[in-house]
Amino acid sequence: MPTWSTFLWAFLVGGAICAVGQILMDSTRMTPGHVMSILVVAGAVADGLGLYDPLIKFAGAGATVPITSFGNALVHGAMLEAQTHGWIGVITGIFEVTSAGISAAIVFAFLAAMFAKPKG
Amino acid sequence: MARLGRSTWDLQQNPVYVAGAGTVAGQVEAQGPLGQDFDIRLDNDRIDDDTWEHSEQRMFSQAVQTAMEKAHVTSEDIDVVVGGDLNAQLTGFYFGTRAFMRPALGVYSACASICESLALGALIVHTGHAQRAIVGTSSHTSTAERQFRYPTEYGAQKPPTAQRTVTGAGAAVLSRASSTIQLTHATIGSVVDYGIKSPWEMGAAMAPAACDTLLQHLRDTGRTFADYDLVVTGDLGHIGLRLLRQLLTERGINPEPERLNDCGALIYDAKQPEVFSGGSGGACCTIVTFGHLFKRLLDGTYKRILVSATGALLSTVSAQQSDTIPGISHAIAFERKDV
Amino acid sequence: MSLVTKEDRLRYQELVKRERPARRIVRNTVRAFIVGGLICEMGQVIQTLFIRYGHFKPTEAGNPTVAVLIFLAACFTAFGVYDRFAQWAGAGSAVPVTGFSNTMTSAAMEHRSEGLVAGIGGNMFKVSGPVIVYGVVSAFFIALIRYIIEHL
Repeated sequence: MPTWSTFLWAFLVGGAICAVGQILMDSTRMTPGHVMSILVVAGAVADGLGLYDPLIKFAGAGATVPITSFGNALVHGAMLEAQTHGWIGVITGIFEVTSAGISAAIVFAFLAAMFAKPKG
Repeated sequence: MARLGRSTWDLQQNPVYVAGAGTVAGQVEAQGPLGQDFDIRLDNDRIDDDTWEHSEQRMFSQAVQTAMEKAHVTSEDIDVVVGGDLNAQLTGFYFGTRAFMRPALGVYSACASICESLALGALIVHTGHAQRAIVGTSSHTSTAERQFRYPTEYGAQKPPTAQRTVTGAGAAVLSRASSTIQLTHATIGSVVDYGIKSPWEMGAAMAPAACDTLLQHLRDTGRTFADYDLVVTGDLGHIGLRLLRQLLTERGINPEPERLNDCGALIYDAKQPEVFSGGSGGACCTIVTFGHLFKRLLDGTYKRILVSATGALLSTVSAQQSDTIPGISHAIAFERKDV
Repeated sequence: MSLVTKEDRLRYQELVKRERPARRIVRNTVRAFIVGGLICEMGQVIQTLFIRYGHFKPTEAGNPTVAVLIFLAACFTAFGVYDRFAQWAGAGSAVPVTGFSNTMTSAAMEHRSEGLVAGIGGNMFKVSGPVIVYGVVSAFFIALIRYIIEHL
């Protein structure tokens, strides 16, 4: 169960990751797409180094909500599957853990497109 | 017809007049500082719940219809239609004018298309190859956004140098029949590339082309800025306009502040939401010129103006391949003839 | 006018840089921090509710939380307000998973006019594609490297 400190750090860590993204967007010529790609890769690298899980325990949603957690979840899925099925798991397990995010995004995007027109 | 200097056509020998003009303005444009000067003012950029593209085509059609009504002619009286827009393959122009079934010449120079259309349309009338021509352009903030940038509901944060593509359409009937507004000169611009790469900085990409064309026009005609009550560029925006002034100053030319302006800077008020550094798009110069500036010519505020529409000649592919953005600017001189 | 030289170009680009309005980095970063923090805070609350009342284990509660946030972002995009909010919030709205949802929803909505298959289906990943591609590619290599290191 999350404690009071988790609630505090969720705000601070989540805000900090977004702040980093904003600084990248404003001080370089990178598009949001570039910056998000960098953050995803950063999350993957962090998990590769074993740093992201402790961050999640510590900051809760402050670490699971930003897009960096997507990279973390992809690596997790690959590693889990590799532990049980050997090196081929690195390919077969990638989307295992992230299914919620991608499925939800596709389904809700589709429904929104069926029921709403852009307002420009 | 006389050719002046390197690039200017003197059309005064067989004079060409503006018999009438029509403008359609989108929601934000109608609410802007020039709103009262437009003929049709929409309260929604999406017409009858149709697609963005169809809405733009209908605006084009409405502008042509209005221009003909104000010139007291019908489509049978029109010998050629010259125009363009920003959509791929000029679907705004072709689909928007197909109902009139007149000989059509679609042209493209991005946001400079209206002056390209005016130059060519006037030339065809001047040489007697047409009695009456219609020239016009359109643009739409959402068709431009979805074609050149992102889906319209996407939340990408735009920088302050960005510009807002104008939603609107404008058309004018050109004829040999005497009228108050005469189209006296056209200067054809060259492609000018000063190495600007960012699609968010189109004003900066186009300013050198505007400078080049304006100076060429003055050189060719022997005129100065003082010979015009107003010189406007098409859509440099506030930042591009500042850059143009600097470029002119570097070349020893310093027009007074009120003598040089930009349609993109005029069309929006800074307090309007998300207009950034000003308007742009194929219809920006068009509706400001045909709506606002023509009214000022007719009411006597101005006697002689120079309109130099500016275009950024990029494509979605060229931008993604990190190419630079070349610019072009064509200039048209209008004069009030007291009939 | 004579041909443009390289010096002319460079001099103009310097001029453009001088005239370029500075991005209000501090203001934008503060906004991004606050909005991003609040969105994550909202996620934390939702996650806690799922653990307490939804009988999710703390390690699993992240999944439905993300789904809820994605749903909310899709709604705001459908109502046409997400992009206004995002212009103000910048990375504060783009970096959380809500931004990912917005990229998919906005692309799907925009291209509905091209039909269900080529339009919605063919364009849904238009803006979000890079995130998925580079997430997966980097995860593959990182997991592979770790696996190799662990099994050397």
